[in-house]
Amino acid sequence: MAEPILQIEGLAKSFGSLVATDDLHLDIEQGEIHAIIGPNGAGKTTLIAQLSGELKSDSGRVRFAGRDITTLSMPARSALGLARSFQITSIFPDFSALDNVALSVQAHAGHSFRFWRPAGRDPGLRAPAQKILDEIGLGSRADEPAANLSHGEQRQLEIAMALATRPSLLLLDEPMAGMGRDESAKMVNLLRDLKGRHTIVLIEHDMDAVFALADRITVLVYGRAIATGAPGDIRANDEVRAAYLGTETAQEVSSA
Amino acid sequence: MDPLLLLEQFFNGLQFGVMLFLIAAGLTLVFGIMDMVNLAHGSLVMIGAYLATTFIGWTGSFLGGLALAIPATFAVGALVEVVALRTLYRRNHLEQVLATFGLILFFNEIVRIIWGPISLYSGLPDYLTGQVEIIPGAPYPVFRLIIIAVGLAVAGIIYAIVAHTRLGMLIRAGASNNEMVGALGINIKSLFTFVFALGAVFAGLAGMLLGPLTSVEPGIGEPLLILAFVVIIIGGIGSIRGAFIAAILVGVVDTVGRVALPVLLRAFVTDAAADTAGPAVASMLIYILMAAILVVRPQGLFPARTG
Amino acid sequence: MDRRQIWLSLATLAMFAAVPPLTVIFDQPFYMDMIARIMVFAIAAVSLDLILGHGGMVSFGHAVYMGVGAYAVGILSYYGLDNGFLQIPVALGASALIGLVFGAMSLRTTGVYFIMITLAFAQMLYFLAISLEEFGGDDGMSSMRSEFGGVIDMYDAMQFYYVIFVVLALVLFGLHRLVLSRFGMVIRAARSNDRRMQAVGFPTYRYKLAAFTLASTICGLAGVLFANLNEFVSPDVMHWTHSGELMVMVIMGGMGTLIGPVLGATAFLLLEEYLPQWMEMAMTNAGEHWAIIMGPILIAIVLFGRGGIHALFAATIWRSGGKRNG
Repeated sequence: MAEPILQIEGLAKSFGSLVATDDLHLDIEQGEIHAIIGPNGAGKTTLIAQLSGELKSDSGRVRFAGRDITTLSMPARSALGLARSFQITSIFPDFSALDNVALSVQAHAGHSFRFWRPAGRDPGLRAPAQKILDEIGLGSRADEPAANLSHGEQRQLEIAMALATRPSLLLLDEPMAGMGRDESAKMVNLLRDLKGRHTIVLIEHDMDAVFALADRITVLVYGRAIATGAPGDIRANDEVRAAYLGTETAQEVSSA
Repeated sequence: MDPLLLLEQFFNGLQFGVMLFLIAAGLTLVFGIMDMVNLAHGSLVMIGAYLATTFIGWTGSFLGGLALAIPATFAVGALVEVVALRTLYRRNHLEQVLATFGLILFFNEIVRIIWGPISLYSGLPDYLTGQVEIIPGAPYPVFRLIIIAVGLAVAGIIYAIVAHTRLGMLIRAGASNNEMVGALGINIKSLFTFVFALGAVFAGLAGMLLGPLTSVEPGIGEPLLILAFVVIIIGGIGSIRGAFIAAILVGVVDTVGRVALPVLLRAFVTDAAADTAGPAVASMLIYILMAAILVVRPQGLFPARTG
Repeated sequence: MDRRQIWLSLATLAMFAAVPPLTVIFDQPFYMDMIARIMVFAIAAVSLDLILGHGGMVSFGHAVYMGVGAYAVGILSYYGLDNGFLQIPVALGASALIGLVFGAMSLRTTGVYFIMITLAFAQMLYFLAISLEEFGGDDGMSSMRSEFGGVIDMYDAMQFYYVIFVVLALVLFGLHRLVLSRFGMVIRAARSNDRRMQAVGFPTYRYKLAAFTLASTICGLAGVLFANLNEFVSPDVMHWTHSGELMVMVIMGGMGTLIGPVLGATAFLLLEEYLPQWMEMAMTNAGEHWAIIMGPILIAIVLFGRGGIHALFAATIWRSGGKRNG
């Protein structure tokens, strides 16, 4: 069996007396879609922030493709093939959708100490960016200012920007946040298409999507992984049910 | 180097530091709680000095003048906050900088129109002009000792408020995350006005104590303001404790440094070089100190902000 | 840059170019000197626009680099080294080095800290200049205009004017290209969303530092011209209020537009020149109190000015590959 693409070893992070990540051990297998679910406040976004390099962990190690990346900065991790999308849309609203993606392309097309030729007319940047927008389904919206896109389109742009960095691992933080039914279905199809080409760590609250896409699921409660396994096993797990007890999600879990 | 001279300069440094603390205290609270850059804080130092000088003249009494000037400065501070600064809280930092920059021009000119451009002297009553021997053989001006005492007393009062009262709790909460405090339903507007006016009083008090030492003229607040910025950077935005420690540090390093550095340099370079480089380096000393601290701790020594 | 912005830039430059012959025709040499001064500050303001308007870095110590450039000329002149071909590289090198050092330390912070730290560093150099007794200290010292081995005569008012004009035009053109280049995109996007830039793979710190250093170098060049214009250098040019004035010029003219700050510098300096006179006409002895009008004007510009003078001329046109104006 191939080595896991991401190995999280004893990761811990506290904010004062609030424990956000509690001695977390988790392996992500290459090529899988691995969903991380859990009640609000479980520390999911904090985990993603630590994995992407935005937040410095108190202790523990993270290995990516066998390499210890624990002390690496965000740009350094991105250069190695780790990409992230944000729970709260984090794009460049003043720029066009194409420019947003072209920037991601530019980040991995050598250095940017080029001062003379206009980036906006550089085919080396625009062509790959257009291609990704087409794949995502935003091809016709390329020249639209990102601020003018609908919420669902912006969430798609989020993914496009992550994809344009040609990652081997995608960390997706609630890509379906705030989406209606149709938009969510589109996103699920998109993510299904990405499967196999990229490893995906998916944080989501939308249980339909999670059970439709995930190869494995990890349940996070108070910063601890209480269960990891195939969707069927998770659904049947008593501890998981107890964690979601009384919430709508528990009913969703058992009936999905 | 004369140890008595050094001692005297050390006390001058304490006095200077304590004054910087009075100015920095209000400033760091406004930065910390309202997230606002207020360049016009130095104007409050100036206004306090002018008000005190005027009231001392009217009442014929130093303490009487101060007793009137303090509430007057509070009122001015509250007025400025309500009329001019409230609209700026929502603005970005650049706009705050420029708007309060405009306020400085306005205040300096108002003061010039009302009191004239010539420096004023507020003078000291006889009972404050004496000297006292802090150790035998080392006379030191009584007034400066009083300034140190006043500064320490104010620091104590602020500490008591911040650590032991409900108001202080609101201030500390606001300094670390002001959105939360507003969300909790506290009357944010009144809190802001009060905090600002309080800071104005401290700044004005610094001006009132400064008046007898130097002269009172338009623009005396600005050089002190920038030093107060350095104090806050070193101490950490929003932290009263940081402001106090940093202020004393800056005051002592600057005052003692100016005297000690040229002498120290003589040990390393020729006398002539030390005499030219000494004053130059001494004037840059606190900024070098600030830079050194920033390299190690970019957020200052005791940062209060998390939000 | 959209078409209207380009037209506005060309029109402004054309007007500047037309000034000397007009002043000769109408025999008003004073105005050539005044517009020359405006252009020098315009160069400084444009350099600030790069980091402030495009990069979002609120540097409150930018005037200090004018001082560095000016003192480079002044100090070399003091030692009899009037050769411009020597003075300019030294001035640019010094401005770049100081910008690099200050920027390296300041850019590790953001927000309010950044503003105050840039201000503090500027104060440091201001006090250093004051303490340099040898070079005039607080009072400053006079300085000769640069010599260029007979190629250009800086003492000829019209030649000097066109030297400044060419520098301004080149700076505008160069920065126009820069802003649209890959480097420019990084700077502008980092202003919009620095965290995202890093997540996508840009180590933004080094690019911001490069921009900061470039801006300080261009401002140093403005300082060289300033010293030549006044034939005098003093610490006053580094006073923090001048840094504030540069920021006002950028905002007033329209930040992030390059030509805006040129217009802002023009408007600001004309106001500074004529407001006292207008007030004097309205009421005797009012002229000396011009600051009491100027202050509120600044506040009003901040509160109500949307996009500055530039926005008055050019409508907000958005274009892909460009940037939103106003």
